[in-house]
Amino acid sequence: MDKPEYNDEIVKKFTIATIFWGIAGFTAGVFIALQMAFPQLNIGEYLTFGRLRPLHTSAVIFAFGGNALFATSYFIVQRTCRTRLWGDGFANFTFWGYQAFIVMAASGYLMGITQAKEYAEPEWYADIWLTIVWVCYLLVFMMTLKKRREPHIYVANWFYLAFIVTVAVLHLGNNISIPVSLTSTKSYSLFAGVQSALIQWWYGHNAVGFFLTAGFLGMMYYFVPKRAERPVYSYRLSILHFWSLIFIYIWAGPHHLHYTALPDWAQTLGMTFSIMLWMPSWGGMINGMMTLSGAWHKLRQDPVLRFMIISLAFYGMSTFEGPLMSIKTVNALSHYTDWTIGHVHSGALGWVAFISFGALYHLVPVLWRKQGLYSMRLVNTHLWIATIGIVLYITAMWVSGIMQGLMWRSYDSMGFLQYSFVETVMAMHPFYLIRALGGILFLSGALIMVYNLYKTIKGDSVPALAADVKEAAHA
Amino acid sequence: MSEHNVEKDDISGVETTGHDWDGIKELNNPAPRWWLMVFYVCIAFAIGYWVIYPAWPTFSGDNERGGTKGTMGWTEYKQLKDSQAEILARRAQYLGRFEKASFSQIENDEGLRDFAVAGGKAAFKDNCATCHGTGGAGGNGYPNLNDDDWLWGGKIEDIYQTIRFGIRSGDDEARLSEMPTFGGMLTPKQISDVADFVLSKDNPTTPTAIEGKQVFADNCASCHGEKATGGREVGAPDLVDAIWLYGGTKADIMAQVTKPRHGVMPAWEHRLDRNTIRELAVYVHSLGGGEE
Repeated sequence: MDKPEYNDEIVKKFTIATIFWGIAGFTAGVFIALQMAFPQLNIGEYLTFGRLRPLHTSAVIFAFGGNALFATSYFIVQRTCRTRLWGDGFANFTFWGYQAFIVMAASGYLMGITQAKEYAEPEWYADIWLTIVWVCYLLVFMMTLKKRREPHIYVANWFYLAFIVTVAVLHLGNNISIPVSLTSTKSYSLFAGVQSALIQWWYGHNAVGFFLTAGFLGMMYYFVPKRAERPVYSYRLSILHFWSLIFIYIWAGPHHLHYTALPDWAQTLGMTFSIMLWMPSWGGMINGMMTLSGAWHKLRQDPVLRFMIISLAFYGMSTFEGPLMSIKTVNALSHYTDWTIGHVHSGALGWVAFISFGALYHLVPVLWRKQGLYSMRLVNTHLWIATIGIVLYITAMWVSGIMQGLMWRSYDSMGFLQYSFVETVMAMHPFYLIRALGGILFLSGALIMVYNLYKTIKGDSVPALAADVKEAAHA
Repeated sequence: MSEHNVEKDDISGVETTGHDWDGIKELNNPAPRWWLMVFYVCIAFAIGYWVIYPAWPTFSGDNERGGTKGTMGWTEYKQLKDSQAEILARRAQYLGRFEKASFSQIENDEGLRDFAVAGGKAAFKDNCATCHGTGGAGGNGYPNLNDDDWLWGGKIEDIYQTIRFGIRSGDDEARLSEMPTFGGMLTPKQISDVADFVLSKDNPTTPTAIEGKQVFADNCASCHGEKATGGREVGAPDLVDAIWLYGGTKADIMAQVTKPRHGVMPAWEHRLDRNTIRELAVYVHSLGGGEE
């Protein structure tokens, strides 16, 4: 089968950006974890927890995760459509435009410029810029699909397209605001009060759903069958869980606002749609895991595949935990506690980062036309250090979160609160230390990856593919 | 590239769909049965929940803030009220008697005293701990409430008075006193001497401390007493014990004489109810230094 000349230069750029922002985001995470344990580390005006926290979340979600999605979507759409990416200039603009957005957002956070909307902190000027970049992304992706030389559109591309389109809608919906003036960085949201809160969590929850779930499922649907060299387990399951996921996810946001001013009926819908979302989410895990049937032995030989399968396990775990936490009685305990932080990180570290690491380890030798990775042993070392880091992180947050929730609601037999807020903070200190240690391990693993990928790309440590060798079917 | 490309997968024996993208094929397996079943059960649960609880908007503005009511009549307000009622019922076992009892009656009734200490402890941690510390140990500028050194008196009634109206709080009934700024009134030498005297604990041996004794007698004794043991009617601290509000080094003492700091404690009467303030008084009195 003939292969066109793919635009791999753009994929390389996004790959390098993914690695760079990943390290930046993980480092920021470790630092703010240490700030929680040692408040003295809040240094000066610019390095306080309040400013660094959005820096961390945006760096890992939008900079690391976003660049990983750009890189893999551009890589996958070309190969599964058997056509070169449409619009070299547009694609290049999405790269530089997106990096400019990240720098704009990050520098704003440090200077205290924020809309104060979680995961939508950038102010109006950065939002408008991102809209332009995103429309170009949609254009490049759609036009590439349009000129495909395959009769059908592969499932990975459905997920990528759902991610691009929905994130655009969410971004526009949640950022409707009126700037104070054209020369001012400050704007005011069009919505106020509980309406604003509902819009915010419709956005926030679906940022998780479409950015961190749908997008990365697209990644999974290409790299898992590719790496396992097995057909996808079930075409029918992929259709069912795609459409049910897309339809149900968008309703689940109000579960972030249980027991607030939000009307009861909206809370109920948020909770029940979250419960109905459980199986649609698991469809992706089942399809990924079952793709390995007949190839389980490959897990013993291939640590890259192991990354992907562990990521699916974490995906399954956190998409079970999510609906569980959306149940009102559970949420009454878990809400506002560290349990939420633990939940987010089992998804973010375990699922999003691990599937991305797997994809990076697969992509780099292909993009730089090398015969393989510099060291599979280092991949394995990365895998285990990072896994131990995640386990420390999430177990510490489970224990600390549940303890915190129980302490808050604890009354004595005479009807008085037993603990004050500061006592709960003191009780959480040891778990903050364990969490920081988990983060340090996770970051260390990522640094091992950087070294491994650097040695793969640079110099002659790994022999190059001969010029006339076509991209191998499995690579 | 369509149905005629369908092939049988060797390992599973299942047919593919005939699609092929960059070497990736798909098996034509059905969705797992258990997966569908659990999905249906979740949907059924949701539908049942919608019947029982408020669930769908009616856009009428009536009912539970514009939505269906549900058959149970549940609202989050009702749930809050029920939970609060349970806690208030626990307090009600004591509260009726507590309201009417005098401090001496409370002190002599074990149940009431335990109740007051429990309530005072909870209120202390939420309101007082910010300055006085969770255990009441205080800090620089904030008195330790565990010791028997009291600026304004250590009987329950005194403590109650202090909490209720505060210190220099602006309330008409507040504890009020102001140590003068001796910076312009005394020479630096006199201030240094009087600090030496204070540090000698009313037993001056060095020449400067002996000179300081006279300065003290002329300027300080009217409030802090002849023997520097303090005066509670004006909140003047005891200067011969080992307890210092603003530090006990010579430099600290000179700074306080030169330009005194005056701490402020809010009048809690405007923020807490009478019962809570009484509970707080009993609790603080119970910490160790309470006076009869």
